[in-house]
Amino acid sequence: MSTSKYETVIGLEVHVELHTKSKIFCGCPTSFGAPPNSHTCPVCLGHPGVLPVLNRQAVDYAMKAAMALNCEIGDVSKFDRKNYFYPDSPKAYQISQADQPIGLNGYIDIEVNGVTKRIGITRLHLEEDAGKLTHIDGGYASLVDFNRVGTPLVEIVSEPEISSPEEARAYLEKIRAIMQYCDVSDVKMEEGSLRCDANISLRPHGQQELGTKAELKNMNSFRGVQRGLEYEQFRQSEALEDGELIVQETRRWDESQGKTFSMRSKEQAHDYRYFPDPDLVELRIDQVWKDRIRASIPELPDARQARYTQDYDLTSYESGVITSSKPLADLFESSLQFTQDAKSVVNWMMGELLGHLNSTGQELSEVKLTGQNLGEMIGLIEKGTISNKIAKTVFKEMLLHGKRPQDIVEEQGLVQISDEGAILAIVTEVVADNPASVEDYRAGKDKAIGFLVGQVMKRSKGKANPGLANKLLTELLNS
Amino acid sequence: MSITTKDVEHVAKLARLDLTQEEKEVFTEQLSAILKYAEKLNELDTEGVEATTHVLHLSNVMREDVTHESLPAEKVFLNAPDEEDGQFKVPAVLE
Repeated sequence: MSTSKYETVIGLEVHVELHTKSKIFCGCPTSFGAPPNSHTCPVCLGHPGVLPVLNRQAVDYAMKAAMALNCEIGDVSKFDRKNYFYPDSPKAYQISQADQPIGLNGYIDIEVNGVTKRIGITRLHLEEDAGKLTHIDGGYASLVDFNRVGTPLVEIVSEPEISSPEEARAYLEKIRAIMQYCDVSDVKMEEGSLRCDANISLRPHGQQELGTKAELKNMNSFRGVQRGLEYEQFRQSEALEDGELIVQETRRWDESQGKTFSMRSKEQAHDYRYFPDPDLVELRIDQVWKDRIRASIPELPDARQARYTQDYDLTSYESGVITSSKPLADLFESSLQFTQDAKSVVNWMMGELLGHLNSTGQELSEVKLTGQNLGEMIGLIEKGTISNKIAKTVFKEMLLHGKRPQDIVEEQGLVQISDEGAILAIVTEVVADNPASVEDYRAGKDKAIGFLVGQVMKRSKGKANPGLANKLLTELLNS
Repeated sequence: MSITTKDVEHVAKLARLDLTQEEKEVFTEQLSAILKYAEKLNELDTEGVEATTHVLHLSNVMREDVTHESLPAEKVFLNAPDEEDGQFKVPAVLE
């Protein structure tokens, strides 16, 4: 691949659905998964003569999101009409914000391969979501569900300061984490409450002027964002190498084929003819309002990561993983009310827990593990009641059934055997039954003891205290 | 400022209007006259006057985040030319 000749320039537009109870300009509910068009009314269906009235909570959330992204909040903000014809928009315009958005000039810091980089945020504005189209009849007709029309959205526009698909993914993950910590959105890419479009162009290193960009759509997962941009970076560099001109166009990422495809070029450039919406009056945001929202912003991921690294002696990578999602960080903190051993908590979370979530595709909220159970389980290991190996069985039970570790240990008879006599009996048996390994050990092959300890563990069904088994075996073999 | 037939064609296209040559000429003339009339406003001295985006001197008109009843299904489709499976049916618009 020849991308090294070129510098990649990426800017992201991220849409985040705010989780208000009602829509931005009417009282229809915003809940996901309702029967089509059951959450609609004359306002969101765009009937003539109706008046939109702004949802105060949506403004509060948008301000909170903007502040968490280090944006300046204007004193005056207003709504504009963005005009276009498309069946997903019943009014033939979308209420959005043009020149006076809620937030301007923000930034976030991302970390890729151990290097921290600041990405500028041009603006954050508040707008209404569009409806959902399903194409039918072999592409000759579409069905429209307007339930989503009017769901409040913030659009977060980055500066073109992202230099690789990897950075793009890190940026998007950071935006998600911040929105999640602020509790303004469900931020679920699979349900569309977090969506991302990207502008990507290439230019020879050292060139000031930006290359011609393509706009990339339909990337429905974090991995999809990275893969889509990687493909597009490759496609553009190949085209440039072949002396082709890059066409400015919108391209669609096809996950299953792993390629991007040109969406039929619009006949004309977008001409949205923005103008102030006469149905809505301006927002005047005074200091009292700003202060109230600022006070509601909780500790954000970067601050938590720094705190965990310092207070619990975690590596920056470990604390980064733990704080990448708020439920994960909350679980970590609640575990620490029941154990002092933060390192152990992190190991169990990053190993067994994330391993389980990754392999099953589940969310943390779908498993039954609690901080108390995890903390208490680690306590049982410390006390020697259970071994690490047994703890894995206990952990699975806690994930699936949410039982307390003490109860699991008791019910399943998993208490570790720490009685020397009982273990010695097993050790003696194992030594008698495995003369070859005993011979190996005595001939100087120290590794053989590992096999013998394994046999002891197996015969005790994993319940023998491994340290004790090791000690008794060594004593017996050296006697 | 006067406008050309090209401007009229552009605006007509954005509004999905199909105009005859004759209509285009009529509208070019009429729209130019309207813009010319509006140009009178430029005679006013607006130095130091803050731009107005709304005729009402109101701000922060908002509602609380509470839900209301949505329309019953039979009313939702009263104005719909076509429906299927509880959804509005429209001719395909290809991207």
